[in-house]
Amino acid sequence: MQVYLPIAEMSVDALVILLLGAVVGFLSGLFGVGGGFLMTPLLIFLGVPPAVAVGTQANQLIAASVSGVLAHWRRNNVDVKMGVVMLVGGLVGTTLGVWIFGRLQRLGQIDLTISLTYVLLLGTIGSLMLVESVRALIRRRSPQLARGKLHHHIWLHGLPLKMRFQRSKLYISALLPAGIGAVGGVLVAIMGIGGGFLLVPAMIYLLNMPVALVAGTSLFQIIFVTAVTTLLQASTNQTVDVMLAFLLLVGGVVGAQFGTRAGSKIRGEVARTLLGLIVVSVALRLAWDLVARPEDLFSVITGIPG
Amino acid sequence: MTRRHGLIALSALVGAALAVALAIVTSAGARAQQLVADLSSHLIAITTGFTGTEVVLFGSTDGPADVAVVVTGPRTTATVRRKSRVAGIWVNRDKVIFDQVPSYYVVATNRPLEQFVRTPILERHQIGLEHLRMEPKEPATAGTLADYRAALIRTKQRGGLYGVTHGQVSFLGARLFRTNIYFPANVPTGLYNVEVFLIRDGDVLSAQTTPLVVSKVGFSAEVFEFARSQPFSYGLAAALGALLAGWLAGTVFRRV
Repeated sequence: MQVYLPIAEMSVDALVILLLGAVVGFLSGLFGVGGGFLMTPLLIFLGVPPAVAVGTQANQLIAASVSGVLAHWRRNNVDVKMGVVMLVGGLVGTTLGVWIFGRLQRLGQIDLTISLTYVLLLGTIGSLMLVESVRALIRRRSPQLARGKLHHHIWLHGLPLKMRFQRSKLYISALLPAGIGAVGGVLVAIMGIGGGFLLVPAMIYLLNMPVALVAGTSLFQIIFVTAVTTLLQASTNQTVDVMLAFLLLVGGVVGAQFGTRAGSKIRGEVARTLLGLIVVSVALRLAWDLVARPEDLFSVITGIPG
Repeated sequence: MTRRHGLIALSALVGAALAVALAIVTSAGARAQQLVADLSSHLIAITTGFTGTEVVLFGSTDGPADVAVVVTGPRTTATVRRKSRVAGIWVNRDKVIFDQVPSYYVVATNRPLEQFVRTPILERHQIGLEHLRMEPKEPATAGTLADYRAALIRTKQRGGLYGVTHGQVSFLGARLFRTNIYFPANVPTGLYNVEVFLIRDGDVLSAQTTPLVVSKVGFSAEVFEFARSQPFSYGLAAALGALLAGWLAGTVFRRV
């Protein structure tokens, strides 16, 4: 069934988009990640203009984060104060990101930037994930090492503007979570990803937040950052296609349910190894497109005067 | 299924139209008219289910002659960029901006153009891709310009917006002619010009221009209009809609 996307100005097969949403939703449910890092490149492979893919993805992420955060909220696993501080940074980051996005779009370098940031970020995180999980798989039988210090104090914690976060039992500089939020905000705007796979490790290792609170808190602030990104992308770059977002959302919600169910059946290290493999292969595919000689050296953009 | 019905309806329509055209031509009052042509439809409506469409152009001449049909879409700026290798990766480096590039361009004739018309005439009326005028915004050397121009045409052809070969105008008898013009799903919106040239002994004797509107209609038009005219409200609606959808999904699938 063909459906015309009013903002992307192209006709796509609705079933393909629904299926895409479902597959990515399944994976995100299985691994507990946002899935934006898979969806944006896949949409671009399908021929959706990169700018529209990124802008629409931000819209779709709102829904994914809301439905994700509800479960954490019911278990009281959200540190609202920490989330709000991260959000302040996130808003600054996304405003900056949307501005950079618009500039690069006019310069004709947005596609390159999207690909490069994907290759660098996914390549690094994916490899780390792979190494860590394979090590965990090998070391599974060996006895648990003694636990280290509960709280590692590094120079970052000495920054000014100290603030008490009762829920996380932390007394740290507010600049730290705000900074992490800002990086996440830039990622939402430029890459169309929630940035969970970057925020979660940062919150665990840099902030030393209790692990149980991390997922809920990061999702909580991603809701607002993606909402503001949607607003900014729609009003400055006009790249949000609600029709596309709706199709992705429906597929994603259904897929995520099956994914979560399947996720409870496989072991953590196995899941992380699989996720690492997927992330690395997406990065390799994108890297190949950057290095290989393109079929046509020329590209055309109509309408926007450069 | 629907396509077949469409074709039957279309054929009936064309038949009726041809009869009318014939009546006009044979009536004494229209003797001075050398060329009469019209389209089966003057509006292409892009609805949510739009997958491309075909419009029939039909008409008649005052006697044996050749016919060239040129369909031109709204003209816009086009930026053509060329990639070169920087540190191992392919990066957009140089660009040429063309003004007044037709977003759609298709030519149809009853026999190969070079058999019945001279090049200066083709250039004057911009008939054929090689005679299409596309001026760069800033001057560039002729050699580079040709490369960029060729790339622009190639890209448009790949998207189905420029004709790769000339379409066929078919004559029914000596005077009546018709041709089918295909518009793909990604056809740009705006005002199109359909020009029909009557050519005899290598000269354009008569020409007629018929407008054709390509426009978004229905839900997709409303969404597009909303996004363009009130981008902030559109963004707000998109964000709130997604919030609601996410909340619904989270509540419906609650399994705690």
